[in-house]
Amino acid sequence: MFLSEVTSPGGFFYLVPLVVFFPVAGLLINIILGSKFSEKMIGLVACLAPGLSFAVSVLLAISLSWYPEGVTIPFLDWISVGELELPWAFRVDTLSVTMMLVVSGVGTLIHIYAVGYMHEDVRHNGDPKRYQRFFVYFNLFIAAMMLLVSADNYLMLFVGWEGVGLCSYLLIGFWYEKGKDGIGNAIAGKKAFITNRIGDFGFLIASFLMFWYFKSFSFDVVFEKAPEVAAAAPGVIFAMTMFMLLGVTGKSAQLPLFVWLPDAMAGPTPVSALIHAATMVTAGVYLVARSYALYVLVPEAQTWVAIVGGVTALFAATIAVGQFDIKKVLAYSTISQLGFMVAAVGMGAFVAGMFHLVTHAFFKALLFLSSGSVIQGLERGHHAVEHDPLLRKRLKSEHHFDPQDMRNMGGLRNRMKTTFWVYLIGALALAGIFPLAGFWSKDEILAEALHLNPAVYWLLTIAAFFTAFYMGRQIIMVFFGEPKSEPAAQAQESPAVMTTPLIVLAVLSLFGGFLNLPFIHTFTNWLEHTIPLEEAVEATGEVAAATPGYMFGGLNLIVAGVSFGLALIAIAVSWYFYTRRTAEMQKLPANKRPDDPLRGVLGPVFTVLENKYWVDELYWAVIVNPYVVISRFLAEKVDWAFWHDFFHDKIIVGGYNGLTWLLSKPIDTSFIDGIANGLGQGTQELAATMRKMQSGFVRNYALSVFIGVVVIIGYLVLQLR
Amino acid sequence: MTTQYILFFSLALISVVSALGMLFSRNAVYAALYLVMNFASVAVFFLLLNAPFIAIAQVSVYAGAIMVLFLFVIMLLGAEQTGPQQAIVWQRPVAVILGLILAAEVGYILLSQFGFIPPGSAEIADSFGSPATVGVDLFTSYLLPFEITSVLLLVAIVGAIVLTKVERNTDQERK
Amino acid sequence: MLPVYYYVGLSAVLFIIGALGVLIRRNAIVIFMSVELMLNAANLVFVAYARYYQAMDGQIFVFFVMTVAAAEVAVGLALIVAIFKAKNSINVDQISTLKG
Repeated sequence: MFLSEVTSPGGFFYLVPLVVFFPVAGLLINIILGSKFSEKMIGLVACLAPGLSFAVSVLLAISLSWYPEGVTIPFLDWISVGELELPWAFRVDTLSVTMMLVVSGVGTLIHIYAVGYMHEDVRHNGDPKRYQRFFVYFNLFIAAMMLLVSADNYLMLFVGWEGVGLCSYLLIGFWYEKGKDGIGNAIAGKKAFITNRIGDFGFLIASFLMFWYFKSFSFDVVFEKAPEVAAAAPGVIFAMTMFMLLGVTGKSAQLPLFVWLPDAMAGPTPVSALIHAATMVTAGVYLVARSYALYVLVPEAQTWVAIVGGVTALFAATIAVGQFDIKKVLAYSTISQLGFMVAAVGMGAFVAGMFHLVTHAFFKALLFLSSGSVIQGLERGHHAVEHDPLLRKRLKSEHHFDPQDMRNMGGLRNRMKTTFWVYLIGALALAGIFPLAGFWSKDEILAEALHLNPAVYWLLTIAAFFTAFYMGRQIIMVFFGEPKSEPAAQAQESPAVMTTPLIVLAVLSLFGGFLNLPFIHTFTNWLEHTIPLEEAVEATGEVAAATPGYMFGGLNLIVAGVSFGLALIAIAVSWYFYTRRTAEMQKLPANKRPDDPLRGVLGPVFTVLENKYWVDELYWAVIVNPYVVISRFLAEKVDWAFWHDFFHDKIIVGGYNGLTWLLSKPIDTSFIDGIANGLGQGTQELAATMRKMQSGFVRNYALSVFIGVVVIIGYLVLQLR
Repeated sequence: MTTQYILFFSLALISVVSALGMLFSRNAVYAALYLVMNFASVAVFFLLLNAPFIAIAQVSVYAGAIMVLFLFVIMLLGAEQTGPQQAIVWQRPVAVILGLILAAEVGYILLSQFGFIPPGSAEIADSFGSPATVGVDLFTSYLLPFEITSVLLLVAIVGAIVLTKVERNTDQERK
Repeated sequence: MLPVYYYVGLSAVLFIIGALGVLIRRNAIVIFMSVELMLNAANLVFVAYARYYQAMDGQIFVFFVMTVAAAEVAVGLALIVAIFKAKNSINVDQISTLKG
């Protein structure tokens, strides 16, 4: 219909609306017919949707390999007001198709995993009706994310941006009656939404500025006009990019708005994997990459972005060292890795940032899903223990058993073999061990950082050290050693529907790095069509040539060697602490035994890390609490007590009552009724008087006739005059 | 001319006096007889006005039949005297005043028209007012009213009988 | 003949006397007779004007008035007799139960 207006160069470009509409169809089918479907059917529909989107994305990628410049496929005219023309158009270029492939590919795998995960979950945690709701939200998320990445203008991007924020909120609070005090999950969802909103405020201000100065939101128009506007009013582009940075810190969980991501672990594990590791949080990185044309015009903004990314990376990595919840470790790890990506795109290394985005999607999703498998293994063990009277005695259950606490795990290597191997692969990929995926992507970022922004290079390198350390810590605490609780000893492996996607992701983590090997640079060439890096490449090329170790077609051997060596050292250190030291710790009596060997070494520093630098408490004290106090004051004192009770009730209602009393009693009842009744009464009295005319005497009647005659004749006589 | 005036006024006097007599007499029979005298004087007036047929009809129908009927009923009911008490005190004065007003009005009209009415002609056909003339008009121009009047008389007869017959039937049914 | 207004005046006087009779007398039969007097006065005017205009219509009309008066008397007296039978009095003031 509308697509006929497109003079497409051929290929499968016209299929692009389907990437959004397949998930929409999936969610509609599940909403309308889901209550009649079996679980398998719901799962099948829900998995087919992103699967078909993935197929379309592959076709688009193939089409792009023939026409790499990309096309814009207009779909329909959304807003057409005055100067503002906003069509809903799909942009098919290498950058957006990269995102589409990642989102739909990883998304499909996670959907398949979720079929198995939610099946177990609704039996342990809630009622089976939730199955349908989960997959409706999941498909909605895919649709919104696809909308975000395929948008042709900033406003459509924002629609997708808001959509994924909404789905995040819905899915974090999926078990809305659970959590601390019965509403903890709902509060976590609310926190995510509000924090994201602050970021969105930044995005909105940036888009207002954009409209004011560019009179359009379309990428093409903005990027074309950007240099002239920058020349005319340089502060504007800086402001725009800084406000966009605020949006990025919200959506991609950077300093200072990262606080929602750890709390978002309250949602089910597939949610954490899909939304808070692989896709939604990368939307910020995508935004900066897409807006490269604006950022390259304001180097100061670029510096800010890079610093924010770098500091966040280090900050979050240190917190991850002190966490005991398996998912919280991964959450802070995600924040840290996002810091890597943001720093990369901030510095101008767009390809490196996007490459890390892709590989990170693989191994972080793998890690989250595997952790979900571990948690469910423990829950199955717990279930088995509860139902076996013998084992029950050995269960030390003074308090509620937390299947996510790593202090309750241990020795799972033997009981959950598949999960162990895939987790190990994911962890090594994250730590940056050659030749897994994370090594290549992280190394490219570090290499670029070295000659673009050395301060950031140091921040990121130290963060990489901590990354390897906490992953080693996690692997050893969870999988090695002796089981530290009875359910761990009885843990069971997950079913095939869950482990198969894990294996696929593990393969991708193993070989994903080959997307952008030195000399071959597949990915760089692919992205170059969208993000022309001639200037950046030339500039970096000159500087790079001056830097030692720059050889091997883009691979800096010194940097690679340093990061790889640091990772190995970190793993060795973690091995030392958590194997040897733990064994020594076990010899101590139970009440003197610390729960983590690092406490002995770092002491109070460890406590600070465990409490995540008390950032949440700081925010609460400085921002949230005063706000709550003020709003409570306004609500209770000003609104209820004064406005409502006094002004409304007394003055308005009282006045109104008084007025109506006045109108009713003296005016209506006495006066008007008096008139009405008086009329009746007067008529009655008049009638009583007039009645006397009917005397009954015929002679009187005759007299009245005679009077009439006389009067008439008198009138006629007077007329004669 | 003067004979006519004398004749007129004396007859008029008789007429008015008899009317007043009827008005004031306490005895109903006397009132009836006064009325007869009035009718007789009016009959003479008719004769003076060249209406012989009407004059004789006046005497025979009014004085002869109607007044006789009156006297029959007066005798039948024994209603010669009525009580002297007046139920409505104010009726009489008001009526008298009204009568005087009306008289004044009529007098005013007549006096103001005094000079405007031309006198009638003295010559008149002999056959004016004769029974033949009356009959011709009655049976040609006024035939329809004539016939209807006959119906009217029939109705009156039936009515009179019906009004007085009902009583006797109830008496018989009671037996 | 005399000017016609003499007759009209006489007729008016007779009429007024008849009207007074209707209004003042309490005897039903006398009231009836006063009505006859009034009719008679009207007859006099008719005949006077018939003579004045030399048209027979006035006299024909008198003929009809007399007939109607006769019929009316017949019925009226029958009524009075009936009322007398019921009330045993012909004082019209005593026939006054239909009052307000």
